[in-house]
Amino acid sequence: MVRVKDLTKRFGTVTAVDHISFEVEAGQSVALWGENGAGKTTALRCLLGVIPFDGEVHLSELDLARQGKAARRRMGFVPQEISFHDDMTVKETLLFYARIKKTDIFSSQSGDLLDRLGLVTYLPKRVRDLSGGTKQRLALVIALLANPPILILDEPTANLDIQAREKFLSLLAELKGEGKTLLFSSHRLEEVVTLADRVLVLELGKLVADCHPNELASRLDTRAMLKLYFEGDEWIQQALSTLTGHGYSAEPNGTGIWVQVVPLEKAKPISILTEAGIPVSDFQLEH
Amino acid sequence: MEIGNVLILAQKELKDARRNRWFLLYTLAFTGLALALAWLALSGIGNKGLAGFGRTGASLINLVLLIVPLMGLTLGALSLAGERERGTMLYLLTQPISQAELLMGKFIGLALAILVSLVIGFGLSGLLIAWQGGTTEAAQFLELVLLAFGLALASLSIGFLISATTRKSATAVGVALFFWLVFVFFGDLGLMGTAIVLRLDIDQLFTLALLNPLQIFKMAAILAIRSNLEVLGPAGTYALRTYGSQLMIFLLAILALWSILPLAGTYLVFRRKGVL
Repeated sequence: MVRVKDLTKRFGTVTAVDHISFEVEAGQSVALWGENGAGKTTALRCLLGVIPFDGEVHLSELDLARQGKAARRRMGFVPQEISFHDDMTVKETLLFYARIKKTDIFSSQSGDLLDRLGLVTYLPKRVRDLSGGTKQRLALVIALLANPPILILDEPTANLDIQAREKFLSLLAELKGEGKTLLFSSHRLEEVVTLADRVLVLELGKLVADCHPNELASRLDTRAMLKLYFEGDEWIQQALSTLTGHGYSAEPNGTGIWVQVVPLEKAKPISILTEAGIPVSDFQLEH
Repeated sequence: MEIGNVLILAQKELKDARRNRWFLLYTLAFTGLALALAWLALSGIGNKGLAGFGRTGASLINLVLLIVPLMGLTLGALSLAGERERGTMLYLLTQPISQAELLMGKFIGLALAILVSLVIGFGLSGLLIAWQGGTTEAAQFLELVLLAFGLALASLSIGFLISATTRKSATAVGVALFFWLVFVFFGDLGLMGTAIVLRLDIDQLFTLALLNPLQIFKMAAILAIRSNLEVLGPAGTYALRTYGSQLMIFLLAILALWSILPLAGTYLVFRRKGVL
């Protein structure tokens, strides 16, 4: 579906993307992972054909360098910073992009999409009056107009609050379930673990790893602190000894205890304590 | 290039122009001044016995020389740089459109918006002249409108090139204003000064005048209204003697080049730089 060979992008003397090669199968969800400045956004912009690059990119057998427009017909894009024309209403915006994509926003597929993403009531509103989350959903609807097989998303939840992020991620998971090919950049491990089948790790523009999200999680060893609260102080000592007995690093802290947890197993101490008959009344997670 | 995409983008640009404060300001200024000039010209009909369209047309040349290039240069300069600055260009180009379609769509849309503005200004003053002074020389007046549109296209094209080569819209407008000053300054005083200082021959002076789209418009407009260029002095006489009846075609061709070449340059810069 997507074939990238020796993709390189230089800005003067700086090499933002350095000879990266990878392939994405149809229906796969692949994350581009890396710190800020690793080259994720630049790589995605090259894949969209909006900046000139060296190397080869093929989307559905179309050569992006020569058939950019046809290739872009097969993909939808959700940017990190949503930049619509603010003076237009949601309906005008949808109509404009639908005309470019040669589709109809009132077709059954597009109508379902508007309904599913809860945008019908926003149609008469100006884009500038929308919240970040609603703009993101609008960008997703536009990306999905004309039903492209590939979705490219640049840090899709970076500007969303936690509730909007959860909703947006579940939408993307549904789309993945429907067979869309997803290629997205992210620096949030939870997002990658939830959504991706594979992770491409970028460092200073180079592709340094192509692995499963769980492998990335264990490699990163991004430990978090879980604070557990109990219904009475008498449980604190029992909880400490139970968790240290299971190999956890835990220590008392005022009305509860702090436990160091690892990615993908953050809730495990709670289930250990519950199994041991120690009632946990509340918890808090800090990275 | 798909004409359908160009038209969609042009239509959007035309709609956006209605909300553009610069555009509204230029339209109001041009219309107001054109009406004022028409009224002033008409007030002398009785004394001098001159027809309204010819006299007003002559006064409108100077108004066009000031306002139309300013309009084209600044609106052109704001076009690509503004979209780039707001991030809307990146998003537009991720859609199934080509850079050439985006460029042509924006250019045609803005050109039509300027044409609307010119038609309002010239149209209202034309109606006033026709009502008060009759329709003699109306054809020359119409030629003036078309030539003003030609100058607008050339200015817009230069504005686009400025826009493609600058990152910020404020810088683009600054550079556009600088070009406007240079073109206006090199209109008469600059050319005369240069000719005296450099002791230019008459053919060199005429060639130098062709490097300024405002001078080309001025020569073509005077030729359309008066059928001779004596008012421009030796350079005008030289041009008419050298090119004869082909002079208007020659001037129009040069004005067309002033529209085509900067736009072609804009496309090349746009292709090389992408959206950044």
